[in-house]
This record gives sequence, structure tokens and C-alpha cells, in this order.
Amino acid sequence: MTAEITPIKTAAEIGLAEEFMELRGRLADGTVAARREAAFRRFEAQGLPHRRVEEWKYTDLRALMQDAKPLAAPPDAAARARAKSAGGMFATVGARRIVFVDGAFEPELSDLAALEPGLKISSLADALSRGLPDVAARLGAAGPAEGDVAYSLNTAFMSDGAVVEVGAGAQITRPLHLVFVYGSEHAAAVFSRSLIVMEKGAGLTLIESHEGPDGVDYQVNTVLDLMVGAHARFSRVKANAEGSAALHLATLNATIGANADVADFALLTGGRVVRNQLFVQCAGAGTALNLGGASLLKGRQHGDTALLVDHAAGGCRGRELFKSVLDGASRGVFQGKIIVRPGAQKTDARMMTRALLLSEAAEADNKPELEIFADDVQCGHGATSGALDDNLKFYLMARGIPERDAETLLIQSFVGEAIETVAHEGVRDALTAATLRWLAGRG
Amino acid sequence: MALLEIKNLSVKVEDRDILKGLDLVVNSGEVHAIMGPNGSGKSTLAHVLSGKPGYEVTGGEVMYQDADLLELGPDERAARGIFLAFQYPLEIPGVATMTFLRTALNAQRKTRGEPELSTPEFMRRVREQAARLSIDLDLLKRPVNVGFSGGEKKRNEILQMALLEPKLAVLDETDSGLDIDALKVVADGVNRLRSPGRGMIVITHYQRLLNHIVPDVVHVLSKGRIMRTGGRELALELEAKGYAPYQDEAA
Repeated sequence: MTAEITPIKTAAEIGLAEEFMELRGRLADGTVAARREAAFRRFEAQGLPHRRVEEWKYTDLRALMQDAKPLAAPPDAAARARAKSAGGMFATVGARRIVFVDGAFEPELSDLAALEPGLKISSLADALSRGLPDVAARLGAAGPAEGDVAYSLNTAFMSDGAVVEVGAGAQITRPLHLVFVYGSEHAAAVFSRSLIVMEKGAGLTLIESHEGPDGVDYQVNTVLDLMVGAHARFSRVKANAEGSAALHLATLNATIGANADVADFALLTGGRVVRNQLFVQCAGAGTALNLGGASLLKGRQHGDTALLVDHAAGGCRGRELFKSVLDGASRGVFQGKIIVRPGAQKTDARMMTRALLLSEAAEADNKPELEIFADDVQCGHGATSGALDDNLKFYLMARGIPERDAETLLIQSFVGEAIETVAHEGVRDALTAATLRWLAGRG
Repeated sequence: MALLEIKNLSVKVEDRDILKGLDLVVNSGEVHAIMGPNGSGKSTLAHVLSGKPGYEVTGGEVMYQDADLLELGPDERAARGIFLAFQYPLEIPGVATMTFLRTALNAQRKTRGEPELSTPEFMRRVREQAARLSIDLDLLKRPVNVGFSGGEKKRNEILQMALLEPKLAVLDETDSGLDIDALKVVADGVNRLRSPGRGMIVITHYQRLLNHIVPDVVHVLSKGRIMRTGGRELALELEAKGYAPYQDEAA
């Protein structure tokens, strides 16, 4: 006799199914529609992940996501007005701003004037409505995030985002800033999807910022599909300053060619429940990969960084350094997995995660994993968590530095080690300034 | 009035009595050496004076100028002119030495109600003092004590002392881990800072440091008490006879 197991659907799962039915009714048939359908079926088969799903062990989305919000409506004038000052933490960088309000591209708030030669920027909604075949093909190209539940949901519901192409050899020196603002005062769900293609030898620094009002329990699911060609250089800095009640799921789905130079850094200060997923595949040999992040959490914030680096080709150098500063009853999660495929010889991969606990109630969960199938590699990982060193604090205080300032200096130096890995000086300064603001607001 | 007056001080660390009724008076302009065997309470005295947490004062009092020292936090003590040169200076990754020096100096000035030093004035002072201690300015751009040799760490302590200009300096086994050349540089640095407006307590196990920093008064500390007080010759006597007589006497 076999027991028939019928999983009970949660309110969120039922809500997502209803939203999808409605969305499907509104969209035309075609390649992308079929892809949405397949992605939603994948999600339905799995349901929302819970703590018995290993990859989501510390972020029980089934419990944390209590309902599905309606898909965001086009922003009104008030929401647009709020977006004008968005992304201000990078104001001194002088980046080209491309603005999205409640998930929708806002040409009037964006700077598309005098694009550098080799740089093409358009909106995903535009590409989808025009049925551009190459965009559709790239959205469907298998990447390392394929099969992930947040990624599947994004594919099913994706509405708008940036489509950026940097042509062969084009070095774009002015950073590009994708500004994502949640402007509505009512809770809704935003599914933004961006696509960046770096052709051979191209170079770009990307800033991505996310923000919204405190106290509104809106939901953001954002994806960046990234294709980096041989000898290209790509660097992204993401600042997550979502509102205090927001749910934010983010996925980087990156495939990297040979001899490229790719860096990604995330500063997390906002949101109630945040999961930042990085799926990176080194598909060509000789690439340098630098992944890092700093999570500064307080109150009841939950911040999860989930990393998967897949060394499919040999001779790549990977450096991963993630730090979290946890105050109040916050929880910082880091799960990092490095895979070295058979034949990916001379891989040099190092992963380090450190958590600084500022209160008794804070919690850090660190889970590094290595799966190595090649025999001539150097791989290492480390994980630490602990409180501020009382002896160091005493040393500073014995020199006349008051206790709070001594703590600030030590926390700043802790976070600073991760921020120092960011190459762009102006962006680095903006991250340091944001860290100091967070420290000043510790209260 | 004495700069520092310790009366009948008793201190516990983790339920062990370490200091058991210690008396000591230090006046401005005087250099006092405190010598004693291992475990006699020398470092405990240094830590209690500078306000390190984890020490429980069970009796007695410590008056510094006109204040009850034990009521003040470590940072307030520093701002009022107490300086501890650490036996084992700590490494602070991520904080440049120059930033550390400047933050400390300006924090003290702020607590005292004085204006912050301008950058050129601060740099002038650092350059002047660093040169006297043969400290390369490049070293000061590195994180505090990270990758410094033993001698560099101790010289860095003396540099901090020179910049912070304390009224009472406590040197905790400043000679430990130094070879003779490094010891001379450090001792010369300390001697330059002797002044009528400054008192010093030099804590050491060995007499050799006192060949270079010649004390006005020598105390023998054993079993948590000052057992004997004398002049410079007491140190030489200890060198010849060792601490055994005082340990027996105390037992």
C-alpha cells in the first residue's frame, strides 16, 4: 500500500498560481510564453522551498513568504516623483542612470542621451512586445541558475528590466546605474529581469540599487542574466536598501568566457527578508572572478547570500569574501558552493565568510561547500563568526577613544576589508559612506 | 599633591586575589620602577590603572590628581593623561596606524574640550616624533601593528606616548621581547619624555631596562604587595640576589 502524498498548497502558492493564470490570459503566444509556462510548471512541481530543501535550509521561504502580492500596476505620478532622488547614495559617481519604478522602465527619468559607441540599452518590455528573437533566445539560454525556484518564478512573471549590450572591444568608462525603486505605498509584486551581454574584450562597471518605502510589505524578484565574452571586463556593485518590510529575492545568472575579469559586490542594508543568489559559471579558461559582499543587518532582518561558482573550465582564479555585521535579532546566512569540474585543472579558488555578531540575539549561519573533481587545483574555504574583540576595544579605549567610537572603528575596519575589493574608487567611497551611515544609525 | 596615590588596593581576577593591599605614591617628575617575580601582580596593577575590564577592585582607593580614578572609563582616563604602554601591543587589521593615531589624539582633545588638530599640524607632530624613534612613515600607513616586528610594535607604543603627551605613563614590561639595540631606541624614546610635569611607572622583571631608564624610586612587588622601596641600588641588589628573599618573606 502506498500512501498518497498531496502537498498542501500555501496561500502564497495558491496566489502565485492565480496570478499566473491571469497573466497568461493577457499575453500572446510565442517562444517566451512557452518558456514562462514551462518555468511556472517547474515552480509548481517544487512549490515554495522550505527548510528541508538543502539550498534553502536557512531561508524557509514557505514560512517567510506568507502571501503572493498582486503584480505591480504601472506607477502613478506620486511613485514617479519619489523615484527622482532614488539611487542617491551613488550620486557622486556620475553614472548613467536607467530608472525602473515598480518594475517598469521610466524613459523620462533615465539618461539615454549620447550613448557611448558600442553601448546599446533598451527595455525588456519593449524587446518582448516587439518579439525580438535574439533577446528571446538569450533569455532561454541555459545558465547555471536554471532550475532554481526564484529564477523560475522570475521567468514566469518577468515584466521589464534593462537589456544592455556592450559591443566587442568597447570600454565603457562611465558606470551604468540601474536604479530600481519601489514607489507605491501599496504592497505589490515586482518581477524585473535584466539581460547584459558583454562581447569579446568589452568593459563595463554596473551599479544596481534597490530601494523602497519602509513598512510596505512589497515583494521583489529580480534577475540579471549575464553573458561575458572572452577577454571582457565586467564589474557590478549592488546596493540593497529596500524598505523595512520588503521581501527581496535576487538572482545573478552568469556565464563567463575565457580570460575575462568579472567582479560582483553586494552591500545589503535593507529589506525584511533578502536572498541574494549568485550563480556563476566559468565556462572558459583563465578567468579572474572576484565575488564579495557586506551585509549590515539589525532588528529582525534576514539576509541570505547563496553562492554557486561552477568552474567548468580550468585555470580560473576565484576569490570570494563575504562579511556580515549582525545586530539586534537579525540573521545572516551564507551558503557558498564551489564546484570544480573534471578537467578544470589549475583552478585556484578561495572562499571566505566572516560574521560579526553585535548582539546576543543575532544569528549567523555559514555553510561553505567544495565539490572538486579535478586533481591539480588549489581550493580553500573558511568561515568564522564571533563578537567584537574586547581586547582590541580596550586598546582603542586606552588611547582615549570612547567605547562607541571604538566599536565603530572596529566594525568599519571589518567591513572595509570586503569593500576594498571593489575596483572603482568612487563606488568604493560611496559604499564606505553608506557603511558609516549605517553605523551612525545603530543608535 | 601627589599625581597618583594608591591606598591599600586589593584586586581580584576571576576569584583569585592578585593585589592584596598595595600602597604607592607617584609625584610628577618622578620615575618609579616596579620590579617583581612572575605572578606578583605587576601587569594587574598596570591594567587596573588603565581601566581594563575584568578586574574587580575589592578594597582600597586610587586617587589621580583630584579624581577617583576607579570611577572613570579607560577612555576618560586616557583623556586625563594616563597612558599604558602595552606589554603585547595588539594588531588591528583594517585600521591604518595614522588613522588610529589621529582618531586617538582628537578623541582625547575633544573630551578635554580642545579643538581638533589640523591635518598639517598633526602630520608635523607625527613626522617629528617618528623621526626621533627611527620609524618609517610608510610603516604608519599600514594597519596598526599588523606585520610589525617586536621592536616596531614597542616603538609604535612609544610614538603614541610621545604624541598623546600623558601626565602619567605606565610602561608594562616594555623591555620584553626586545634585543639590546631595540631596547636602547625605546629607552631613549622614554628618556626624552621624562619631564617635571610627567610621572612614570616602569614595570619590569629584569634590571637591564633600568640601566637605560634610570629610576628615581624602585619598588619590589611580590604576592600583591610592595615589599620594599628603595633607590636605584635596590634594582642592582635584586639583580644579584634575585626575588627569592621576598617570595619567602611573603609566604
